[in-house]
Order: sequence, then structure tokens, then C-alpha cells
Amino acid sequence: MAKMIGAIEVDIETCKGCSLCVEACPTDVIALADEVNGKGYNYAYMANPDACNGCTNCALVCPDSCITVYRKKVEMA
Amino acid sequence: MKGNEAIAEAAIRCGADGYFGYPITPQSEVMEKLMELQPWNSTGMVVLQAESETASINMLYGGAGCGKRVMTSSSSPGISLMQEGLSYMAGAELPCLVVNVVRGGPGLGTIQPSQSDYFQSVKGGGHGDYKLIVLAPASVQEMADFVELGFDLAFKYRNPAMILSDGMIGQMMEKVELKPQQKRWTDEEVAQMHPWATTGKPESRDYNIITSVELDSEAHEKFNHRLQVKYRELEEKEVRFETTDVDDADYLIVAYGSSARISAAAIEILREKGIKVGLLRPITLYPFPTKEIQRLGAKMKGILSVEMSSGQMVEDVRLAVEGKVKVEHFGRYGGVVHSPDEVAEALEQKLIGG
Amino acid sequence: MAEITEDIKVAENIVHKKSSVLTDKVMHYCPGCSHGVVHKLLAEVIEEMGIQDKTIGVAPVGCSVFIYNYLAIDWQEAAHGRAPALGTAISRLRPDRYVVTYQGDGDLAAIGTAETIHACNRGENMVMIFINNGIYGMTGGQMAPTTLEGMKASTCPFGRDPKTDGNPLKITEIVAQLPGTNFVTRQAVHTAAAVRRTKKAIRKAFEKQKDKTGTSFVEVVSTCNSGWKMNPVDSNNWMEENMFPFYPLGDIKDV
Repeated sequence: MAKMIGAIEVDIETCKGCSLCVEACPTDVIALADEVNGKGYNYAYMANPDACNGCTNCALVCPDSCITVYRKKVEMA
Repeated sequence: MKGNEAIAEAAIRCGADGYFGYPITPQSEVMEKLMELQPWNSTGMVVLQAESETASINMLYGGAGCGKRVMTSSSSPGISLMQEGLSYMAGAELPCLVVNVVRGGPGLGTIQPSQSDYFQSVKGGGHGDYKLIVLAPASVQEMADFVELGFDLAFKYRNPAMILSDGMIGQMMEKVELKPQQKRWTDEEVAQMHPWATTGKPESRDYNIITSVELDSEAHEKFNHRLQVKYRELEEKEVRFETTDVDDADYLIVAYGSSARISAAAIEILREKGIKVGLLRPITLYPFPTKEIQRLGAKMKGILSVEMSSGQMVEDVRLAVEGKVKVEHFGRYGGVVHSPDEVAEALEQKLIGG
Repeated sequence: MAEITEDIKVAENIVHKKSSVLTDKVMHYCPGCSHGVVHKLLAEVIEEMGIQDKTIGVAPVGCSVFIYNYLAIDWQEAAHGRAPALGTAISRLRPDRYVVTYQGDGDLAAIGTAETIHACNRGENMVMIFINNGIYGMTGGQMAPTTLEGMKASTCPFGRDPKTDGNPLKITEIVAQLPGTNFVTRQAVHTAAAVRRTKKAIRKAFEKQKDKTGTSFVEVVSTCNSGWKMNPVDSNNWMEENMFPFYPLGDIKDV
């Protein structure tokens, strides 16, 4: 069975922890980290990577263009 | 032709790229003439009647930011509205030409000639530490000639330039010799000559920003210092004036524009009476001919500053001679033009006594 | 699964990345600010149309005064409210260029109302982007021309009272009435779907400029979570509940 799997990469240092991506993610992949970045923001990260389908919603609403989205169709056993 | 019409003719001929203005007496003929001549069909020059003087000067900002030779004209109340834009242009180091055909103020004032915008023109006018390059024509010929000179200086120093005329020179008709038509700069020439201009970022250079904002006060002080260096250079290299009958003179009249013409006639009257008077006519009001006034002033018994105002330029004349010579002011104002007789009488009364 | 996630992070699988027209500078905006999203969309449209070398931007006074630090195109910084006047001259003197102005509500709909209306009425060939968040963000949250009735701001701390403070201004509906505009739309960037629609609108506004048929005007109803004193997510919800009924989204004019 083919399935879309995705992943995001957050530029931690430019993330301001606004959490708009958390809200926009339809599969609850993203959360804000307990740790902070150099500017003191709790940055976004993939808390639940398995659920990501690479829909790009998070990157679309991100005001700081700090999310890169990857997507690939893979055959699942 | 009229002084105002000469401005229009000269603008097209010197290859100006754009005129943006708003009607106001006594200078509306500038835009009327331009519209009549339709330069967009001949040279490609843009002429636009804007919604206000505020918009006009900001159109100049936009055009100058693209490295184009852009100008406007107005009269005193309209020039007051432009002060915001002039300050921004000085701050963004943008060249442009502004013609002020001065009328009597303050407020709506009168539509008759005046020279009461001297302070506003030469001391900055808007907010901040800046100067305009100010040219004062005394004839229709100079109205025409100073358009090109104004553009040249504005671009050489990347600073707004002003032709400070008055209702008399603007409305007066005289013979004028116009220069042959010059080509406008092409977009390629502009990009090459003015690498600072916003012409669209090619891959070969970083992107350009035209701005006057700098939040770091240390950096802003440095920028202001650079402006001051530019103004010192202007004061060193670009002072222009004309002197008449000064060699044997005991008294000196300092006057610009219309007042210089009236004063020249007054000097004839005085010389017939045996009173030796000479004339110094500043052509650039900023930079002001301070050194020459100081030099000539040293051998004079007195100086009369003649201007159609309650006494503005007289302050700069007094500063030039540093109290070493008596300096008096004479001028009718509020739209009243003094006569040669009045000037001659004032000189006798104020400098000779009786 | 975790290995697969790491494995797919290769260039060929990228489906969304930062636009090359955006610079490396970190935007000075507050977390969650709509400006960042609109800047990004503008950059993406310019990149996708391949017009980075042909676009001249005009920056406003307000929070987005430093937009020129973030998009690598030639920029001019205008005085408060005067961007359409600059744009007019740029567009007329460089008709071969795309001109885009970017302004907030105080800039475009208060101090610059005359410039806005007359540029749109003349139909100057430019894209005007209008960020409407109903408040003056940069100066600390004062009442804007677009502040809603009852909405609190530092200069109407008990809520805007039309009797004393005047009414909120629907400038976009006004410019839609003018013969010079060829496309007038109101969008938002609060959800992924809305972001897609806004990008389409900005793209359309730029495409319209190819025909030189007038001003293309895109309002983006936006949040100012600092000024509104809410977190970014709550701000989006508040905007949906309160701003959209008064400033309904969608195309107002397309000719």
C-alpha cells in the first residue's frame, strides 16, 4: 500500500514559538519544545513525526518561514 | 516669454523625465505650458497633475529614487506642504528640482510677489539638519538656465535643489534664449550613472534601498555627519554670485531676484547723486556668498540688504560681516514690491543719515 | 518509522521551503504576526513569476517599515501615507517594472487616504497590498481608521464609540468603486486554506499588471496579537468572530 509520509525541519533559531503551526497541523504532529532557543522562544518541533503526511499547512501559516517540508510516497508493507 | 513658461520650456529641453505638480497662483503657467507642449509625445517626459503638493513632492521621491530627473513647481503655501517630502528626500539623498514662485505670506497670504520664503528655503524648511541647494534667478533667462543647473547640482550632490523665484520673475515677460533639445537618459544610462537607484535588482548587484530611517543613533549621527561634509563641500565649491559697481563703492546693496533688479535701478539713482553704491547679487542663496560679502564688506561704510520681506537674508549678511560693518534691511512685504526710489531713499536714510 | 522521517529529508522531497527572494534576516515582528506571512507570499509570488529583477517595492511607515530588510528587491521607503504617490511616479517613469506598495491601515486609510484614493482613481499600474489589523501596532496600539466599533485601543481604551471616535472605514469598498482599479479583494492568512487564497490573490494582482489596466488592490485582514493583547491563536479566532463580519473576505471587484 502506498502512503504519503512527510517530515518537517524547523529552523530552531528563527522560530518564535507562535504556535500557529501547531494549530494548523491536521495530524497533531507539531508541539512547542520545553527547551528554548537562543532568543528564549519555545520552538516548534515534530513531537509526533509518524503522523506527518507533508501537507505543508504548518509552513503555509508560519510567519517566519522557518519550516521546510518534505514529502514522499512510500510503499508500506 | 513669461518666466514660468521658460521653466517649462527649459525642463523639456534639458531632458527632464517628469514633472508632478499642483496648480497654485502665481506659477500655474508652468504646468499649463508643459501640458500644452505635450512632451510625452516628443521626449517621453511624464507630466502629471497630482492631487496635492504633498503627493507631488512624494512623486518626486519615487521618481528620483529611480534615478530620474524629476521636478515640481509651486508657490509658497504649496511649498510649505512639500516640506515633509523635502526633508525625506534630503534624508534619503535624492536629487530633484523644486521651483518656488514666491508669493506673500504667511498663511494663504496674497498672490503678489514676495521674498518671504528665504528662511524656509535656505535653512532647511522641514525637520532635521539638512539644506537645499537654492538658486535665485533674476531674469527670465536665468529661470530657463537654472533648470539645468539645478538638476546638475542636485545629481552631483544627491540633494534636492530649489529655484527660489518670485511672482514678479514668474510673470514677467522677457526675451530668452533656449538651449537645444538634449536627450533624456536611457534606463541603461540611469542604471550605470546612478548605481544607488531602484531600477530593479539585476543579479549583478545587491538590492538597493532608498530610505531615510536609521534607528541606531550612532549610525544616524554618522549619516548626518556625511550630510554635513556634503554641505561643507557645497559651501566650498558651488557659491555663485554677481557683483556690479563694487570697485569704487562706499556702500553695498545685497539683493537677490527681483530685488536685485530693483536695487540696480536704485544704484543708478544714488550714483547720479554722487553716492557710490555697488551691488552684490547672490545667485546661490544656499550656499550663501558669505566670504565675498565679508571681503567686500570690509571696505564699505555700510551694507543694505534689500529683500521683499521683513528682513530674512539680512541675518546672513550680518553673520557674514560679523558686526564689523553696519548692516541694515529694507524691503516692502506682504506682496508689495518696493520701487527703486524707495530703495535709494532707504539707503540714504539708514546708512548715511538724513 | 523515525528513520524514514529522517531519510526523506533530502532536497528532492522538498515540497515547501523558504523563498529565495526572502533574505536571511530574522523578521522583527512579534511572534505570530500576519506581516510575516504576507511578506512570504509576496516573496513567493515574485520568485515564481521570475520578476525579482523587475519589481520595485514601496515600503510604508508602521510595523512593516523595515519590509525592505526581508525581501531582496529594490525598495523605496515612503513617508507615512505617501506610498501610492511614490508608486505613481515609479510606475509612470518605469512602465517596464512591476510596482508594489505595502501599507498598513493607518498609513493607507488615515494619513494617506488622499494618495490611496487618487492613485486608485487614476488607475496607476501597481499592486497595492493593504494590511488591516484595526490598530496602530508600531506606536503601541492606538485606534486605527479600521478599528471596529467597541474594539479597545490605547486611544479608545473603553472601546471605539462612533459618536466620539468616528466609524471604522471600509477603504477597500471605496477603492472598488473607483474606475481605476481592476482587481480589489479582501483576504486573510489565519489558516492554511486562507494563506493559499491570499497567495492566489497576490499572484493575480501581479498578473493583472501585465496588461497595464490599473491598480490591483489586495487587503489582508490581519492580526496584531501584541496590540490586541491576545496570543496568536486566540487572535486568529477573535479575527474570525469579530473582524470578518465587518470586513467580509472575498473578491470585491475583478474586471
